[in-house]
Amino acid sequence: MNAPYFKFGYFGDEISLIVAFAIGIGFGFFLERAGFGSGRKLAAQFYLYDMTVFKVMFTAIVTAMVGLFWLSVFGIVDLSLVYVSPTYLVPQVVGGLILGVGFVVGGYCPGTSCVGVATGKYDAMIYLLGIIAGIFVFGEMFPLLEGFYKSTAMDIVTLPELFGMSYGLLVFLVVVMALGGFAGAEWVEKKFRKGAAQ
Amino acid sequence: MTTLAKTVSPEDVAAQSVAKADRKAQPYWNPYLAGVGLGLVLLAAFVIMGRGLGASGAFTSLVSVGVNAVAPEHAQSNTFFSEYLGDATHHPLKDWLVFEVIGVIVGGFISGSLAHRIKGTVEKGPRISTRGRMVFALLGGILMGFGAKLARGCTSGQALTGGALLGVGSWAFMLAVFAGGYAVAYFFRRQWT
Repeated sequence: MNAPYFKFGYFGDEISLIVAFAIGIGFGFFLERAGFGSGRKLAAQFYLYDMTVFKVMFTAIVTAMVGLFWLSVFGIVDLSLVYVSPTYLVPQVVGGLILGVGFVVGGYCPGTSCVGVATGKYDAMIYLLGIIAGIFVFGEMFPLLEGFYKSTAMDIVTLPELFGMSYGLLVFLVVVMALGGFAGAEWVEKKFRKGAAQ
Repeated sequence: MTTLAKTVSPEDVAAQSVAKADRKAQPYWNPYLAGVGLGLVLLAAFVIMGRGLGASGAFTSLVSVGVNAVAPEHAQSNTFFSEYLGDATHHPLKDWLVFEVIGVIVGGFISGSLAHRIKGTVEKGPRISTRGRMVFALLGGILMGFGAKLARGCTSGQALTGGALLGVGSWAFMLAVFAGGYAVAYFFRRQWT
């Protein structure tokens, strides 16, 4: 067991920034390949005629989740050293709702707006300025929001722990759910695409 | 002039039109294939670094540095900004997420260039003016920035990364994003459809 490599001191902070840059290139490349540089394609998810966002996101989640699971089973990755962000349930749900509205109103999320900017979308550039303004507003309001921001703290808690299931079983259930979701997405797309054509 | 015109053979015209067609934007990848690629990048981040991907954190570092440059005392007295600025041991922009996001821009540009998809445009439906779209882009960005900070991450940090790590808060967040989007989509349909 010697991964995650950074946590075992295989390289230092300076090299980690180069790794960050390289991983970012891969991230941006596949986001663009998926069509996520286009706000119109991203927003289409919410009008059901193009379910690309759902398909790409859940394929990525399943790929990384299953990969990490097997790497931990074979003793290659020490899971306890992979950072899981702690749960603050209510602020995360409220934040998610606001973010979802922002997605439909603006057409991007922070990562995809970078790809939009890189491929010449003027609306993505304005959107990015909006993100910066939104973070500034949040920061300025932080003394007022701090109590809510830190409420319903549950520390680091994962779905297997929450449901009292084994890690492997939960991974399996998420894969089954995703496959069902993909079949549903193909059906929905066909239905709404047909409707739009008539 | 006539000799010049004569030198343009049908073969040349054909070659030109091929070159033109070649420059047309290529279709996007199959979403499942692009998803596997994205998932492998995320897995690489887990294996190499022991952490996932993110985006909104990089902008928070940028905002904190900006506030600190304009009003240092104000930034230091605010626990949110001061946490991002850190202790003076290293520059707040010498940060993992900042370098990752610079990579995202480069990677997006590389992919877009290879597929001939770099074009100065405004993404919108046919029923809204460019000006209207720009206003919505700004408003959407503000909501996104605010919401991402309240949720401690955005689509990359919470939904994708936290989703793959099976974090409870991340899955609740992800469901809320879709719920919020579908709840208001009808009211903003003129912008996109």
